[in-house]
Amino acid sequence: MTNSAVNTETQLRTTEPVAGTVIPGTSAERKEAAHNPAYIPAHVSSAEEGHEAPRITPVKMSVFDLNLHYGDFHALKNINLEFRKNQVTALIGPSGCGKSTLLKTLNRMNDLVEGCRVQGRIALDGEDIYNDLDVNDLRRRVGMVFQQPNPFPMSIYDNIAFGPRTHGIKKRAQLDEIVEQSLRDAAIWDELKDRLKKNALSLSGGQQQRLCIARALAVRPEVLLMDESTSALDPISTAKIEELVGELKKKYTVVMVTHNMLQALRVSDRTAFFLLGEMVEAGSTDDIFTNPKDSRTADYVAGRFG
Amino acid sequence: MHKLHIGENLARALFIAAAGISILAVAIICLFLFANGVPAIGKNGLPDFLFGSTWRPANDIYGIFPMIVGSIYVTAGAILVGVPIGLLCAIYLSRFASSKVEAFLKPGVELLAGIPSVVYGFFGLVVIVPFIRENIGGRGLSLLAAAVLLGIMILPTIITVAQSALDAVPKKYYEGALALGATHERSVFRVLVPAAGSGIMAGIVLGIGRAIGETMAVIMVAGNQVVMPNSILDGVRTMTANIVLEMGYAAGMHREALIATGVVLFVFVLMLTVLFNLIKKRGEAK
Repeated sequence: MTNSAVNTETQLRTTEPVAGTVIPGTSAERKEAAHNPAYIPAHVSSAEEGHEAPRITPVKMSVFDLNLHYGDFHALKNINLEFRKNQVTALIGPSGCGKSTLLKTLNRMNDLVEGCRVQGRIALDGEDIYNDLDVNDLRRRVGMVFQQPNPFPMSIYDNIAFGPRTHGIKKRAQLDEIVEQSLRDAAIWDELKDRLKKNALSLSGGQQQRLCIARALAVRPEVLLMDESTSALDPISTAKIEELVGELKKKYTVVMVTHNMLQALRVSDRTAFFLLGEMVEAGSTDDIFTNPKDSRTADYVAGRFG
Repeated sequence: MHKLHIGENLARALFIAAAGISILAVAIICLFLFANGVPAIGKNGLPDFLFGSTWRPANDIYGIFPMIVGSIYVTAGAILVGVPIGLLCAIYLSRFASSKVEAFLKPGVELLAGIPSVVYGFFGLVVIVPFIRENIGGRGLSLLAAAVLLGIMILPTIITVAQSALDAVPKKYYEGALALGATHERSVFRVLVPAAGSGIMAGIVLGIGRAIGETMAVIMVAGNQVVMPNSILDGVRTMTANIVLEMGYAAGMHREALIATGVVLFVFVLMLTVLFNLIKKRGEAK
């Protein structure tokens, strides 16, 4: 009885202010809250954007009290943030502010960094990504597109098929279908359909990046992380990818790190602003850009520092 | 300003001279080999020389086919033994070993490269040959013994070249594979190894070059009979062994035929070098 109530709550967490009410979330989250006096539920921050029309937007991923150290360097400080389903969340901030670090924590790519310590909790659909999920399964569900296009030095087809093959799909017909669908989803099928056997490295930078998006989509992820994925591209390719992101959010939850504030403004539904390892402010993109609560956010989005 | 100019020219001349000497050495060796060897091939007739299966200098019959086959078999055997071990070792060193293990293994591999071939031959004679004789059969001095020994000898070449090829694969490929949910093993074998393919192939070709040219160790364990081997337990004679074993007392036509054997060997190595460069170019084109 209690369980089912909790489940419903998890799925239907709303953007409505909940400060002062019962702490929502899974039982594990409640436990965490009970044991940790410093626990601030991520939802409280939503209260700050109270004038947004209440609507039901389930949370896909959430970050609780995240602290991350690279050796002695405190790279992320007490981050609480949530990523809502079928929305694009932009992480903005000057270089070295921790936004990319946070992104790489969401699919545990930070595991590769020596001396990286993570404290706190990150949940994907309420499951702790460090304790409840297998890391490879997590990375299948939370796909990533990197700053530099990184297609493998093999054919376009094999690039896309690598992920599905990794996860056990061997039948040619099925792979064909996935390759086509993924390339279509990445809006690059028409350009590439006649050259699937060609080496992926023969493509232009913009095409390579969209191929990488298609490759990430081929494993049917639930969340797509984009790490400044247009910063190495020309304006036309950038526009194509931005347009694509608008389409992708219908099926996926997107988290993008961007250096380009206008890009955040154009593409994202919600924005979180980072500075020196702290998350200064998060809210709807409109609010962050037109009505920021914190003066540092106001200065940054106004371009007074970068 | 003027002084600098002279210094530059001097340095340049020195570099050209250094480069010239190595080219000159190759040219002179070529000239010597072909001038002394080609007439012998001409006198015997190329087909008879290359494909004749009888080598009987006393009767002026010079067919080196058994030796060509011997060299090819021994080299092929060395590849079968050395390439899988060398490749797996390179992959291990590059992507699996902790830095502690690597610090221990790497000098070991380098030491392997520095052991004189006669010491390898001695090891083969004392360890591999008796092992084959007692456990597998035959006299022990055999194609198999030579292949195993050469397989060990080409390990350092393959390991070193393949490892640097693997180390040079950009990190972004590895990260890309992991980000798709691939395990470390799958990322390494399905993405990194293919990406390093041309470098690995180059290492293998270099190893083949080393195997086909190796002489001393092979002589000590191969048996050196000038007959076509019927099994891997039979003895074989390689082209290199043929030259070394008979050069000491050969004269006249016999001597020329041995030099002609060297010409054939040279052509083999030349083909491998061309192959090596083709592979390298293909790798760079990627």
